[in-house]
Amino acid sequence: MVDWSPIFISMKTASLSIFITFFVGLVVAWGLIKIKNDTTKIVLDGIFTLPIVLPPTVVGFFLLYIFGVRGPIGSFFVEFFAYKIAFSWPATVIAAVVMSFPLMYRSARGAFEQVDSNLLDAGRTLGMSEWNIFWKILFANALPGIISGGILAFARGLGEFGATAMLAGNIAGQTRTLPMAVYSEVAAGNMGDAFNYVIFIVIISFIAIFIMDYVTIRKEKQWR
Amino acid sequence: MSSKLLKVDIHKKLKEFDLDVDFELEKGCLGILGPSGCGKSMTLKSIAGIVDPDKGIISLDMGGETTYFDSDNKVNMKPQKRNVGYLFQNYALFPNMTVEENVGIGLGKNHDGTKVTEMIKRFHLEGLEKRYPRQLSGGQQQRVALARILAYGPDVLLLDEPFSAMDAILKEQLRIELVNLLRYFDGLSVLVTHDRDEAFQFCDELIILDQGKIIAKGKTYDLFENPKKVKIAKLTGCKNISKIEIIDDYHLKALEWGIELEVAEKISSNITHIGIRAHDFSPAQNDDVNVFSAANSKKLEMPFEWEITLGNGLWWKVEKQIRDHEFEIPEYLTVDPKNIILLED
Repeated sequence: MVDWSPIFISMKTASLSIFITFFVGLVVAWGLIKIKNDTTKIVLDGIFTLPIVLPPTVVGFFLLYIFGVRGPIGSFFVEFFAYKIAFSWPATVIAAVVMSFPLMYRSARGAFEQVDSNLLDAGRTLGMSEWNIFWKILFANALPGIISGGILAFARGLGEFGATAMLAGNIAGQTRTLPMAVYSEVAAGNMGDAFNYVIFIVIISFIAIFIMDYVTIRKEKQWR
Repeated sequence: MSSKLLKVDIHKKLKEFDLDVDFELEKGCLGILGPSGCGKSMTLKSIAGIVDPDKGIISLDMGGETTYFDSDNKVNMKPQKRNVGYLFQNYALFPNMTVEENVGIGLGKNHDGTKVTEMIKRFHLEGLEKRYPRQLSGGQQQRVALARILAYGPDVLLLDEPFSAMDAILKEQLRIELVNLLRYFDGLSVLVTHDRDEAFQFCDELIILDQGKIIAKGKTYDLFENPKKVKIAKLTGCKNISKIEIIDDYHLKALEWGIELEVAEKISSNITHIGIRAHDFSPAQNDDVNVFSAANSKKLEMPFEWEITLGNGLWWKVEKQIRDHEFEIPEYLTVDPKNIILLED
């Protein structure tokens, strides 16, 4: 009998985390390209990109440091809401968001930078509001890049293991996501159960990449 | 027709030099001619509000003055409010929108589409409404860009090197088209270019800009006929320019070419150079005025011109028919004293 809880937990975690990552990534990318000072830009870019180059356990270590019961944010939640973040379901979301954020942010930033700045100025001289310029010109023209960034980030969030293990642990039915479940089943010698989870992850990941390529290629064909 | 007046007087520190531009425009099209990187586009962008000058005033009077920018009174109107049309070098059409959507974008939410239909018709874009910019030819793109700008109804039209990125054949075509299309526009326009032909074709008045400073201002015809300064002569396409030594009031020695020449106008002491346009030479007898030898010349054949480099370094251009392939370089050449342009450095 397959335990479906890792599938539900993973889908919940990946969905919520991509929702957060997507919008935060967009806003941060938009804010960063507006910065004129190069040094500030490089430092901020370095901080936002770090999670992707650091070993996931190191990121997890930092997260535990911040969100753990003695950490600045963790202790705040314990004191005011009597809620422990570490080793709870929200911790899986935090780990997924932090680990997938660089992919979203970098893709969005690259896509924004590819948009000819004359287009934005043309919008301004045609009386378009900054809000409309962002959505109708910048976002719309960067869309293929943004979507592929979003889907990569989703896939990354779904597959997150190291940081999740550090911050959320591996509690069956609570924080045991699919990659955790695969690890646990293999560790317990249940290769057959692990195989079911593996198949599921492979299918979901493939569908995500398929959608990404499909959307990107279609959009580009339409404009050319 | 009500009176109009565009006043620009701006100062901006740039990396290489300071930009200092001031002019007033009452009607028609003003040309800003200058080499690339002289601050031309920066001036245009300042008028549009895309770039902020450090100091100065930009205002438009259309029977009621609107201040676009005034550093003393801390006025800096957003580009959205200035009501200027900016034609970008690459047209800046929105690639994700159809022709129709591009033309209508400046009209805001509450337009009923009649204006778009009218513009599509006026600019001969019928049948292309649902196309995307990438599916259009260069000429069609230019028409869409102009339709989009004119649908918006700007008071001032700013043209930023509209033909610089095109091949020669398309350029010729589009120039004629743009001259015709601009007839629909009765506001003020400013054209920025490094191409003397464009400046000559479109503008009654010209400003010549070099390193951010205005070095000449005036009627286009006057500046081309009498450029007065070496830099202006070069920008208006004068091929032969030489340093001189004054001999007497009407005679001088051209140092580059090693010849003595007579001029029609009295040489004042501030004259340091002369210019001779490449078309102004003609074959001569040995005893004419301003005669010099055309020995050791090299000729280069163009479809409608012979380009001849004389032994002494002068350039001579002679018109020819397409079928002629032979040309005998005469032994002596002359230049009319009237056609020698006296220049200051």
